Amino acid sequence: MEEVIATRNLTKKYKDVCAVEDLNLSVNSGEIFGFLGPNGAGKTTTIRVLTTLTKPTSGSIWISGFDVEKEPAKVKELIGVVQQHLTFDLDLSLSENMELHARLHHIPSNERKQRICELLEFVGLTNQSEKMVDELSGGMKKAAMIARALIHKPKVLFLDEPTVGLDVQVRRKMWDLIRSLSRNGTTIFLTTHYIEEAEALCQRVGIVHQGHLIALGAPSELRQKVGMVTVEILVDGSFTRYEHFADRETANRYVQRLSSDHKTIIIRDSNLEDVFVELTGKKVGET
Amino acid sequence: MMDTLRDIYAVVWVDLRFLSRNLGKTMALTLVAPILYLLAFGYGLGRGANIEGFSYLQFIVPGILALTAMTTAFNTSGLKLHVDRLFFKCFDETLMSPVSAFSIIVGKALIGVLRGLLSSAALLLACLVFSPLPAVSWLFPLSLVVTCFTFSFLGVIVALLAKTHQDMTLFMSLVVLPMAFLSGTFFSLSQVPTALRIILNLSPLTHACLCLRASALGQPFPWISFLILIAFGAVFFSLCFVALNRTNK
Repeated sequence: MEEVIATRNLTKKYKDVCAVEDLNLSVNSGEIFGFLGPNGAGKTTTIRVLTTLTKPTSGSIWISGFDVEKEPAKVKELIGVVQQHLTFDLDLSLSENMELHARLHHIPSNERKQRICELLEFVGLTNQSEKMVDELSGGMKKAAMIARALIHKPKVLFLDEPTVGLDVQVRRKMWDLIRSLSRNGTTIFLTTHYIEEAEALCQRVGIVHQGHLIALGAPSELRQKVGMVTVEILVDGSFTRYEHFADRETANRYVQRLSSDHKTIIIRDSNLEDVFVELTGKKVGET
Repeated sequence: MMDTLRDIYAVVWVDLRFLSRNLGKTMALTLVAPILYLLAFGYGLGRGANIEGFSYLQFIVPGILALTAMTTAFNTSGLKLHVDRLFFKCFDETLMSPVSAFSIIVGKALIGVLRGLLSSAALLLACLVFSPLPAVSWLFPLSLVVTCFTFSFLGVIVALLAKTHQDMTLFMSLVVLPMAFLSGTFFSLSQVPTALRIILNLSPLTHACLCLRASALGQPFPWISFLILIAFGAVFFSLCFVALNRTNK
């Protein structure tokens, strides 16, 4: 399988703060790769470095075999980026913003209009094309950013927290959109601090904490490391203890041995949050 | 070559779009201050006065044109880029596109040049009604274009380096505003002490004023000032690359 994103000992420091340290990653063609971690873990910095917006302090990055530092123009032709914050020109309408992007990415004039129409239809925004961007809802703006990022048919799409701030229904629509992009062959690198998002979408996940990659693998592989089944025990009604087991049978035996003082006990499948807590001692939302 | 022109047009396209939509408003905004200067200084304060053998009104018209070209070019290229970079953050999209640094800088500066020329032309027409310039030569539009490019590049540098909106306004208050009033726009450099004259010669607007005044009033053209103005433009253009390179630190 073709390696689309590769990093070797990638490090980014801001004065004395190390935002990313010795990151070694490899993402394959067609994969949805999730970069999971709390706010401030180094996810956005990693995306900025991978997409040429920020220079690394040391280390190397290749996108489809092109060195990001030596051949940035080639890399820019291959990638699409949806940043966490809005990056629209608010003095322009949605279709004008799309046209600007098409012009910057050398889409021939005879193809521009058609491509814009197709993409706005793909994200369900055909009727909004002449509106000023500020008139769109939060979900529409995010969908529009994805449509814009696809205008030059990128091989790799970077999505930085694509569903942050969106309500549940819009988030699920966004997930469907991301899955359909993956089915069409686009490699997707997404950052998120939503556990369920990483589990629902990603074939592989890298867990990042304080600039370090602390775990890497398929969600099920990572869960296996702590145990596939988790028992939550509410102790004295004040705090919850978590115990992890290889399977449900072992977990059940453990629960039966517990004293009857424990009234609230939940047996459930483990998730990536359990993996994160086990590895860092913190919850994903905590910094 | 054609690819570079296409990329420059792509960068300037967005600003042209904005300009065409707000042409009346932007022109009105640009012309208020210079017309006030013209009325206050030319008709009010300096009425009946003569400088270097010309009426004061004739003397200050090229200065006010230089001032207008400078402020319009600087503000247009600088403020829009500043807003795009720090507030809309849409400049990131330009940075992530396969457009070269050269095309980005020239494209971002061009809108300042265009608006500087438009405002200067409109002001020139208004001025001619009050006080015809005696001997406008072909060096006048040439000097105007170089002035606009020079200050557009300066606007791009400041917009790329400013970390906050305050940085931008600070530069305008501490550098652009004093330059506008002290660079021989409203007075002749021969009237000031030698030490001050030397300091004022460090301002690019001083040389723009000298070139525009000479080419509008039929005086011998100050080629050295013209070359100095071009040199300022070339230095500012080079510094744009340094500033652009710093944005991805």
